[in-house]
Amino acid sequence: MNQYTERIYNGIIKENPCLILMLGMCPTLAVTTSAINGLGMGLSTLAVLIFSNLIISVMRNVIPDQVRLPAYIVIVASLVTVVDLLLQGYVPSLYSSLGIYIPLIVVNCIILGRAEAYAAKNPPLLSAFDGLGMGAGFTIALTLIGLAREFLGSGYAFGVRILPGSVEPIGIFIKAPGAFLIIAIIIAIMNAANISTAANKKVESCDGCCASCAGPCHDTADKEGTK
Amino acid sequence: MSNTSLLFIIITTAFVNNVVLSQFLGICSFLGVSKQIKTSASLGAAVIFVMTISSGVANLLYDYLLVPLGLEYLETIVFILVIAALVQMVEMFLKKTSPAIYKALGIYLPLITTNCAVLGVALTNVQNEYTFTQSVIAGFGTAVGYTIAIVLLAGIRERIDEESIPAPFRGAPVVLLAAALMSIAFMGFGGLSL
Repeated sequence: MNQYTERIYNGIIKENPCLILMLGMCPTLAVTTSAINGLGMGLSTLAVLIFSNLIISVMRNVIPDQVRLPAYIVIVASLVTVVDLLLQGYVPSLYSSLGIYIPLIVVNCIILGRAEAYAAKNPPLLSAFDGLGMGAGFTIALTLIGLAREFLGSGYAFGVRILPGSVEPIGIFIKAPGAFLIIAIIIAIMNAANISTAANKKVESCDGCCASCAGPCHDTADKEGTK
Repeated sequence: MSNTSLLFIIITTAFVNNVVLSQFLGICSFLGVSKQIKTSASLGAAVIFVMTISSGVANLLYDYLLVPLGLEYLETIVFILVIAALVQMVEMFLKKTSPAIYKALGIYLPLITTNCAVLGVALTNVQNEYTFTQSVIAGFGTAVGYTIAIVLLAGIRERIDEESIPAPFRGAPVVLLAAALMSIAFMGFGGLSL
């Protein structure tokens, strides 16, 4: 396995951002009401992640260390705006069902986390592959969670009816509480299967910063404070 | 939506569309900083402070800078930078003027920059075409809803710690289950006829 495929394997299996590192919980909970929504959100994040990793890696020697986080945020926000406008123009139905969560990709911990942890230290092509792997891992996780919620909650899968009409689906799974329920069940299963995740503290998720979304801003705050 | 009454906005943002339990914004800090009632209440206070101000500032910038220049599509970039700068300024201002408040809220302020709820409210206000007053009230209401949710969860977690929970559910899963039950309870507010 060369280092490029290793990056993709790492993103999808070993350090799956959603299931193992437990990053980006907001979109994971919010948009997984159906498999299509999960897939759309995953692919949008994937696109942003590849290009943000690529651009940040190309510019890693140009951006001064003190202002790197604001610089990253501007790069990511620009890319998110591009994705936002593209979705609005070409897939209006997905755009309206994902709504506010598209611009909120900016504050997704995965993106700044990868920029800081990987793209800032590695060459461009490898960083782009890291973005691809992480994005693919996020997309797969979101699609599967969306599929599970859609199936349990409405009896559909990718908009196609699977359960016969006589079977009553468990409606709560596509409502807000269902999001918390399904993630709780997934983490419990992973705990029972003894898989190391950020939830059971066996894996360092970017120094634990993202668990409380504190990392990047603590850094800037410290820097501002010492100026 | 532009002439909705202010009371309606407060109740909708704080309870019916609770920012954490039905919109899923600010989940990181909701799960991360809810171990004790005291700390979560302080975080809530800091969020109320920042969100109210940032909603107002974001609204002014959008109405008087972005719209006249025809740059509405830059809202995401402008808002995230404004919020980050604003949090820094609030922090410095509090440090100078009221050390007591700074001592209580200071360490939570940086946490808020990346709190997606703050950006989320600013963007929702624009979508709803709220006026300045309505935006400020919406920001305040949302933050109150966040505070209620996080303090309630912290209360539940303080009790959970003393219970014997099946091993696989210890830690994050049981907290998420508690959040799910709270979310079910908050769904009840959806039935309010306003």
